[in-house]
Amino acid sequence: MTDPEILRYTRETGDFSRLIASIPYANFIGLQCNKFGDDLIFRLPAKEQNLGNPVLPAIHGGVIGGFMELSAAIYLMLAQETIRMPRIVNFSLDYLRAGLDRETYAECQLTRQGNRVANVIITAWQKSRSQPIATARAHFLLEG
Amino acid sequence: MNDQIRRDRVTRFIETLNQARELGLSVTEATGHSLTLCLPYSDRIIGNPATGVIHGGAITTLMDTTSGSVMLCALDVFELCPTLDLRVDYMRPAEPHKPVYARAEVYKITRNIIFTRCEAYQEGGETVANCVGTFMRIGPQALPTAYREQITGGPA
Repeated sequence: MTDPEILRYTRETGDFSRLIASIPYANFIGLQCNKFGDDLIFRLPAKEQNLGNPVLPAIHGGVIGGFMELSAAIYLMLAQETIRMPRIVNFSLDYLRAGLDRETYAECQLTRQGNRVANVIITAWQKSRSQPIATARAHFLLEG
Repeated sequence: MNDQIRRDRVTRFIETLNQARELGLSVTEATGHSLTLCLPYSDRIIGNPATGVIHGGAITTLMDTTSGSVMLCALDVFELCPTLDLRVDYMRPAEPHKPVYARAEVYKITRNIIFTRCEAYQEGGETVANCVGTFMRIGPQALPTAYREQITGGPA
């Protein structure tokens, strides 16, 4: 998925700009990532093109899903010792609240890492972490 | 309601969704129980630059939009139904430079919930992904009249 050199650079510097620039879909939705100590927080700044429901208005549910899915893949890439590219197998998404037209955050947790499959839980929120807008669970296949 | 009306309603509806417009989604077919939308290939939604394969997120949006719009075909009165949950299984990467289609159908409508299933595929019929979803019925009253009329094409 991504150039090993970029991955190495991201891991060493905590600067995600090159990694994100290398993934067109990340730029398409405007995904950002920041590192705080060992923790990664993914951000999706408010963007008009990402909206779905024009009445509220709210972020398109698919964009929230794509944001969480891509966050999980990047998280997993960086959590690996070796350079193994995760391939998504499936994705289960619960929408808990409307994602309003404001910045959205996501964090990931590696629930189980097997030899070939990893299970990742993703939580997305806006105003408060204690009020998530969506939670998701993803399985990835890890290939050498 | 005939299929042309269904098609027009869905077309007007997805035109109000910025992200659907941004992706260039369009209606391929609308019937009383199913809806097919088309996602054109674009360099902007690539997830893997080495292969040109589009990101799963674009397919999730395609399937969410198709599943979330198929009730416009199944219900006479326009209701906007927020997604409760989606489960997507990826069967194979979408082949680059070709559109992806998603065909959704409603398989159960209750007073509060709509159950859908959806398949994403490409020309030739190979399945790219499968998706089941549930949607909440918040009722037609939850929408401003002007918006409802914009979708249905007049007072209905």
